[in-house]
Amino acid sequence: MQNQQPRLSRRTALKGMTGLVLGVFLKPGLSMAQSGAAQVLRPDGSTITFAPNAFVRIGTDDSLTVLVKHIEFGQGPFTGLATLVAEELDADWSKVRAEHAPADANLYKNFLLGSQGTGGSTAMANSYEQMRKAGAAARAMLVEAAAQSWRVPTGEITIERGVLRHAKSNRQARFGQFAEAAAKLPVPENPPLKDASKFRLIDREGAVKKLDVPAKTNGTAQFTIDIREPGMLTVVVAHPPRFGGKVANVDVTQARAVPGVVDVKQIPSGVAVYADSTWPALKAREALRITWDDSGAEKRSSSQLVEEYRTLSRQKGSVAGQHGDVDAALAGAERVIEAEFVFPYLAHAPMEPLDGFLRWDANKAVARFGSQLQTFDQMTIGGVLGLKPEQVSLETMLAGGSFGRRAQPTSHFAAELAEVAKAIGPNRPVKLVWTREDDLRGGYYRPLFVHRLRGAIRDGKVVAWANTLVGQSFIQGTAFAPLVIKDGIDPITVEGSREIPYEIPNFRCDVHTPSVGVPTLWWRSVGHTHTGYAVECFIDELLDALGQDPVAGRLALMGKAPRAAGALRAVAQVARWAGPGPFGDRARGVAVVESFGSFIAQIAEVSIRDGDSPKVHKVWCAVDCGVAVNPDVIRAQMEGGIGFGLGHALFAEVLLDGGRPVPANFDTYRSLRIHEMPDVEVTIVRSNEKPTGVGEPGVPPIGPAVANALARLGHNRPRQLPIVRGTV
Amino acid sequence: MTAYNVKVNGRSQSVDVLPDTPLLWVLRDSLGLSGTKFGCGIAMCGACTVFLDGKPLRSCSLPVSAVGDREVTTIEGLSGREAAAVQRAWVARDVPQCGYCQSGQVMSAVALLKEVKRPTDRDIDLAMNGNLCRCATYVRIRAAIKDAARSLGT
Repeated sequence: MQNQQPRLSRRTALKGMTGLVLGVFLKPGLSMAQSGAAQVLRPDGSTITFAPNAFVRIGTDDSLTVLVKHIEFGQGPFTGLATLVAEELDADWSKVRAEHAPADANLYKNFLLGSQGTGGSTAMANSYEQMRKAGAAARAMLVEAAAQSWRVPTGEITIERGVLRHAKSNRQARFGQFAEAAAKLPVPENPPLKDASKFRLIDREGAVKKLDVPAKTNGTAQFTIDIREPGMLTVVVAHPPRFGGKVANVDVTQARAVPGVVDVKQIPSGVAVYADSTWPALKAREALRITWDDSGAEKRSSSQLVEEYRTLSRQKGSVAGQHGDVDAALAGAERVIEAEFVFPYLAHAPMEPLDGFLRWDANKAVARFGSQLQTFDQMTIGGVLGLKPEQVSLETMLAGGSFGRRAQPTSHFAAELAEVAKAIGPNRPVKLVWTREDDLRGGYYRPLFVHRLRGAIRDGKVVAWANTLVGQSFIQGTAFAPLVIKDGIDPITVEGSREIPYEIPNFRCDVHTPSVGVPTLWWRSVGHTHTGYAVECFIDELLDALGQDPVAGRLALMGKAPRAAGALRAVAQVARWAGPGPFGDRARGVAVVESFGSFIAQIAEVSIRDGDSPKVHKVWCAVDCGVAVNPDVIRAQMEGGIGFGLGHALFAEVLLDGGRPVPANFDTYRSLRIHEMPDVEVTIVRSNEKPTGVGEPGVPPIGPAVANALARLGHNRPRQLPIVRGTV
Repeated sequence: MTAYNVKVNGRSQSVDVLPDTPLLWVLRDSLGLSGTKFGCGIAMCGACTVFLDGKPLRSCSLPVSAVGDREVTTIEGLSGREAAAVQRAWVARDVPQCGYCQSGQVMSAVALLKEVKRPTDRDIDLAMNGNLCRCATYVRIRAAIKDAARSLGT
């Protein structure tokens, strides 16, 4: 699949991105007609009459619909962004709905990514002001409409739970009553925002219920895989078993003979089977006789890559960060402690594998799928089908997880979707479905990394820290490269390592970025998935060597990291930290990691029986993510992040054997199950800082916290992940 | 292709499919019951859990030819006090994240409460550990099952 080049030209992508700096959240003074959605007919037949901006729709039935530009795949933007709008409007939460915004980079770009898309835990950070202003503008217009109708000053009108009220004259009305009148008013340029002291929904326990939960409890939530349209074909693609492999020749005789099969086509990424339903497509794919050309394929095994990386890690790489004189400090140390950590390729394995729907003709295409980078995907589909991006309507669907998998700088899945649609011809709607095997063997993994760390101790202090990293960049060669890569270094490879929260007088972080033919990708918490583990295990080891307490020792070095230190103090307090133990057969490990502007500290209580897997009994977690917009969503993301991080640290690895991925399904790609999930207690650190993300930051600390506990139980901190190897 | 009569959610329906077609794809593709999800195809994840004569079963691994006249219940046809209690508890705890596995989780939880009125943690582990949740909503699944059991009294 990596032989599919990104279809958008670098120039176009960059053009799209420069809009970032110019981005405006509302278009002041824009007339209703221009905003494009003044009159929208909803499926239930009611008409939405008030659409003051791209994000807010108020119906005559009092409903408040919030258009959410970030994809909802469990991390909570539907609820979170609707909370912001509803707060400013003082809306009645029972009338609030959320929908995905359509793909439209002008209206819905992510200011932090430069195009429409979700990633880097940016949804709340990006939208906090934008959505509040959208709600505040709607509020001002409703109030103005009511004031004109009631002939009273606007300042005398209040709103509470969706009811506009003029107390003096004892008049009141719900939003729907003034929706039409408000729609005729100019949009205010700078609507006043509420003072935080007046919040009723933001940072209020129990104030909102998640909007997407009822439909996700009774089976009615619609995911991409659930799309059915008349005449739709279900498509599966046979991909090369090695990355970079190509079809040499294919015998489709037996495949075509499977009843229900409609066609078989060769496409750039493999061989596509089209059938009237899923099962015939799967059977026919099994019946394909394909000879693969592996002459350009990646054939190295994981073990070979690890050895090559190990060798590289003994040479100095490109320097990503340094201060002091590391080499002198290492040379003059009383003791040098050295550690090497090996991190495997990891698959995201969202519960819903990649899938997409597409129908097209000469003038337009309609795509529906869980797109995470809508602008790129839209351009890619247009490029394959010979359509302009604006001729491609892209409807974002609820997605059954992503963990980074659906955000593809190469838009490889959108490209494959468009290729299968193109190959069968126009007016033949297709649903492309990847199976679990396609998913786990399909690449785009968290890259394999090797870290070599050296720490120098002198006079009872850590005086030097040197960290050499080796691993692939998934930004190199993509449309993101010119924006992201600086001085030859992809900062994503070293995030969390080039700067650490600990003050050490002599410091260096350098990196090698080898080229390997295995496609890789961001994976929930990205660089921090490996840097968090390496840094937090190694600082613990150094403090251990100095005889210092893991919490107190860290805090003593965290003078310039007040928020990280705050999270660490908070978790130590709720866990009643009294040292790492062991206490009986249990010990405690700690880790603290900042990622994406949020600060998370965790303490894990662990036991291990000989020959058994570690048992994690309980995890305490403190999170500082600025203003806590939805406290319960934050807790849920910490719980889920801990489970996700723990499962992978303990069990997960995509091993390559001669270039072929070994795991095929959940029998060989081991995932955390309910009996392995620890009890979790989350505490939210009070903060008035701007809100930052919580989708990813719960993941990095749990692995090192468990490793550091194991070290107190007489086991070394695991140097190679997963902790439990070869058990599948 | 072969014609089969399958009884799903109390209705007998005829489908014309390959004999080895897993029940999952009959439900989803032939009958349009999309609440039952595909996650692995090898009975390792539980997203496709349905009831066969009231007992939980992974529909991805049962060929339609083996269903016979047994009654199939999907999330769409779920009813009864245990189902209501579980779904209420799921909403009250805001259990789902991405939500994709939750039909299967709910089916397994209802099946558990039909068998065991006051499940222990061990009962929950045994009944639920075939249902993967990659979002790891396990803490809330466990709590919601206990809530549902409490709400059913006995």
